[in-house]
Amino acid sequence: MTIKGKAYIAGIYEHPTRHAPDKSTAQLHAEVAKGAIEDAGLTKDDIDGYFCAGDAPGGLWPMVDYLGLNTKKLRHVDSTETGGCSYLIHLGHAAEAIAAGKCSVALVTLAGKPRTGPMPPRASGAEADFELAYGATTHNAYGMCAMRHMHDYGTTSEQLAWIKVAASHHAQYNPHAMLKEVVTVEDVLNSPMISEPLHRMDCCVVTDGGGAMIVTTPEIAKSLKKPLVRLIGHGEAAKGPRGGKDLDLTYSAGVWSGPRAFEEAGVTPKDIKYASIYDSFTITVLMQLEDLGFCKKGEGGKFVADGNLISGVGKLPFNTDGGGLCSNHPVNRGGMTKILEAVRQLRGEAHPKVQVKNCDLAIAHGTGGLLGVRHAASTCILERA
Amino acid sequence: MSEAKKYNAPVTNPETAPFWEAAKAGKFMIKRCTTCGEAHYFPRAICPFCFSDKTVWEESSGEATVYTFSLMRKSPTGPYAIAYVTLKEGPSLQTNIVDCDLETVKIGQKVKVVWKPTDGAPLPFFTPA
Repeated sequence: MTIKGKAYIAGIYEHPTRHAPDKSTAQLHAEVAKGAIEDAGLTKDDIDGYFCAGDAPGGLWPMVDYLGLNTKKLRHVDSTETGGCSYLIHLGHAAEAIAAGKCSVALVTLAGKPRTGPMPPRASGAEADFELAYGATTHNAYGMCAMRHMHDYGTTSEQLAWIKVAASHHAQYNPHAMLKEVVTVEDVLNSPMISEPLHRMDCCVVTDGGGAMIVTTPEIAKSLKKPLVRLIGHGEAAKGPRGGKDLDLTYSAGVWSGPRAFEEAGVTPKDIKYASIYDSFTITVLMQLEDLGFCKKGEGGKFVADGNLISGVGKLPFNTDGGGLCSNHPVNRGGMTKILEAVRQLRGEAHPKVQVKNCDLAIAHGTGGLLGVRHAASTCILERA
Repeated sequence: MSEAKKYNAPVTNPETAPFWEAAKAGKFMIKRCTTCGEAHYFPRAICPFCFSDKTVWEESSGEATVYTFSLMRKSPTGPYAIAYVTLKEGPSLQTNIVDCDLETVKIGQKVKVVWKPTDGAPLPFFTPA
């Protein structure tokens, strides 16, 4: 069985806030749910599937209750938690459930307040006694990947900086972006060193906010008014040190999730017109582009340099909303916003200055957890129908 | 470098208690599978490679090389060097490089195990050999 073409994204909503001291986390979930349902032209009572991850206060059933979902109709739920890529996996799982007839209108929500509220502690596993004392954080875990990538392939800080530069070129057109200023390679290199070799401008923003989507059947999607966008390929994978054998931090689980998604979709990286690539850090983007096959392993630095990721300038327009590096990274989880901008591009609803011409095929890809420690990855191939 | 950095004692559990008991005697233990012959770290009862339950404790030389590192400059407890080091016996593991000029840490550098006290068993760190 394949999910190719079995599910459509009929509604999307990205919360405009980046700072929400006056709202609760549950409230933000409700606001993005409302936004996505209204964007689709549906009502809350149409929802018969609900998906959320670790950012949902209390988990699945408390959210179902808080949102007031129609429990007489709700017949499929999924609280898969894989950090920032949870929502990409939710999209794939929603398509599976729809293809299997387990639900027909699935709601996926993400929201939270890392700037103005407490964040749940990161869960740890059997490794806790053997790792927690060493202070792995997002910054230094990705720093270790970048350091080894530079060592093995000669990747430079200048090349990494081009990724931020491209994101900033896009963010200037997004009225909601947290950082709207266009920056240069020099600006990135002159920003303070956080964890070597990553500078402050190699890091994403921290934002309150959220996003949601409605995933539905082809029949229901065609009965609605929005341009049609469907999922045609999905992959998921995980990677960790696995006992410490053959450690290689220069690639991610994207080397497995990517080919799975491309194979199901029956397309190749060359066919992709627009790419949403998780950008928790500049190195995250560079490694993902290699892992997904947009260039050879080790050639990511050359690929991203000289504006190659800038819409209308380079060969592969990426993160045209400004991405996590400049616009939004709600709850330190970037998977949802990756899907939302890909859908805008396929609908032709991106900002005119960054809208890719004839955008009929896009990729949304992300990782969750720490790339340098243990993480999951998920890849979605989306098509304008 | 922060001299008096306090570390939490390991919680330990039945699967890993022998590691921490040996640590108290200054011995750095790894696990080796007698079915497939592979060593692994952190220690598991069941081999993560061949899934055999015939794993045995083995004392590591404590000698390693730096696979990668990142000097964390923004930290409330002061800068520190997080790293993966690869043991002479094979497995790589996460650690900090300590008791040295952190600016001199390099990929490929030879390091050796050094213990830091907690209120319970000591924790393994690595320092230039």
